[in-house]
This record gives sequence, C-alpha cells and structure tokens, in this order.
Amino acid sequence: MINLLMKIFGKSERSSREIARDRLKVVLIHDRANVSPEVMDHLRSDIIRVISNYMEINQRDMEITLANDEDSVALVANIPVSKMKHA
Amino acid sequence: MSEVIVITSGKGGVGKTTTTANLGVGLAMRGKKVVLVDTDTGLRNLDLLLGLENRIMYDLIDVTEGRVHFKKALVRHKKYESLFLLPTSQVKDKSAVNPEQLVRLCNDLRQEFDYVLIDCPAGIEQGFQTAIAAADWALVVTMPEISAVRDADKIIGELGRADKENIKLVVNRIRPQMVEKGDMLDMDDINDILSIECIGQIPDDEKVVTSTNRGEPVISLDDSQAGQAYRNVVGRICGEDIPFMTFPKESFFQRLRHALGM
Repeated sequence: MINLLMKIFGKSERSSREIARDRLKVVLIHDRANVSPEVMDHLRSDIIRVISNYMEINQRDMEITLANDEDSVALVANIPVSKMKHA
Repeated sequence: MSEVIVITSGKGGVGKTTTTANLGVGLAMRGKKVVLVDTDTGLRNLDLLLGLENRIMYDLIDVTEGRVHFKKALVRHKKYESLFLLPTSQVKDKSAVNPEQLVRLCNDLRQEFDYVLIDCPAGIEQGFQTAIAAADWALVVTMPEISAVRDADKIIGELGRADKENIKLVVNRIRPQMVEKGDMLDMDDINDILSIECIGQIPDDEKVVTSTNRGEPVISLDDSQAGQAYRNVVGRICGEDIPFMTFPKESFFQRLRHALGM
C-alpha cells in the first residue's frame, strides 16, 4: 500500500535512474583509470602482505574496490581482522 | 569557412547515421552546401536513410584509390539541391581507406562545401581512426542507457588521444515519461558523467521510424518532436543560441493511472 501511495505521489525508494547513474560512475572510474583486474590483484596481494605483518586477516571476506566519493575517487578496503599479532 | 564534422558514438545502434542524415538535410534546408561522407564501409546505410540507394554509381573507395574524381561519385539529393552524398562501398571493408586518404579527400571537399559530415562506423578500430582523422570537431551521439554512455566516454577518451579536443554531445532517444518517473538517466546525469557540451536532446519518436521507412529524414516534418529537436541542433551548429525543449510532465492523474496499472 505504501509503495502504491509512493508511486502515485511520484516517489519511490531508489529509482533505476539513480542505480544506473551510480553504477556508471563506478565503472567509468575503472575505465578511465585503466585499472585492469590484474593490477587490482597485485594491489590486493601487496595489501595482504603488508597488513599481515601486524594482524591476521580474513582473506576470503576482504573486499578492495575503487569507489567514487562525491567528486573524488577512493580506494575502499574492507578487511576483516581475525586476530592481532603481539607487538 | 567550411567545417568538417565527424559523427561518432562507439556503440552501434544509437543513431549515428540517422543523426548524420538529419543534420545534413537540416543544414541544406538552411541553404548550406553540404556533403555527407559515409565511412561505414561494408555496412553502408546512409544512402538508404536519404532515399538515394538507387542512384549510386561510384563510391568512396573509387575516389580514394584514384579511379574517379570525387565529383563523379557524389550523389545529389532529389529534394535538397545543395545536399550531396558520397556513399561508401558495400563490398570492401574498413581497411580500404586510410586516414591520410580521407584527410586529402576532405581538404578537396572543403573547397566546394560549407559542411562536410562524416558518418563514422561503430567501434574504436581502424575505421574509427580513419573517420576522425580529418575532422575539425566531433559530435558524439549517445542514448540514456548505461552501455551507450560508457561507450561514449570511451570514445571521448579516444578522441582526446587523437588530439580532437573539440567534442559535442547529442543524446538520442530520450523517453521523457521514463525520465519523469526516474526510470531513465536524464540530461543532468549524462552531462555530469561525461562533462562535454551537449547540443541536442532528441526524444524517442515513432515518426523517426516511419520517416526512415520512407527514406525522408524526420527533420523535414513540422509536426515531429524529434524533427524539432534536430532543427534545434542544426541551429546550434550554425551558432545560434537556442534553449532546450521541455517535455510535458506527467500529471498527478496520469501518475495515479500508471500506478494503478490503468
């Protein structure tokens, strides 16, 4: 019912237009930066190597992506830590 | 001062050839002397959109290979006397012309015409490189669809690499009701993403299909929205400052009917 009302009044959750725009922005960052999956793989293994000096991480669930934040590009890494190493 | 303009898009099927035919007719309607050069060798269609498919004797390859002078290969339009077509070959492929040959040809065409419009093949391979070589500026045609916008972005990058910095955009096949409902990318989205100057928004219009069936570009129809939008693009190419068309918004009751599936 709420959905129906929102449709009538011209509002809805997230429009397909917004989804298209956001997906395009992200894919164009990759296209323009010319970052190949190979480069991302190298980056990923380098990050794992460095971080592993300090903590144990869950490599299977980690995510590394290029995302855009307003008008800049950000490298977003979500790396679950499973255990800290002793200093 | 004559201008050489390449009409390009990257993705196929967004309306490059339709745009070329319409702008050619539109410029000729204003009394400009115009030649349209089809460089989509092997997949020639510009002749068909102009209704000139039965008049072709010689083609672009005959000219670039020196068999005939370009004047012999030009096909004059039946209705618009200052509009000419230089068709391409339907049997050769895109490697049959190289960039140097096209630059030389366009330099000759500049002496005779106000506007030289080059219809570029889809893709970013050799055919594209050849088509853009002689252009003073490029018109990129896209559609409000993610794949078409992505390919337009790629083409803009390729044009930049080829030192073609003067690029303008036409967004084709806009469906105002879908934009209104938030179901289609709008002009602001596309401008924001591609950041190049937009000189045309062409609504999706059934009259484009019917006029194409007849071989008469839609720009000559007074009662067509797409025709009006193309006439506006022609005006902007000629340096006029024309505001963009606004499309009628869907009313509360239309939204109500759509929501209720009526």
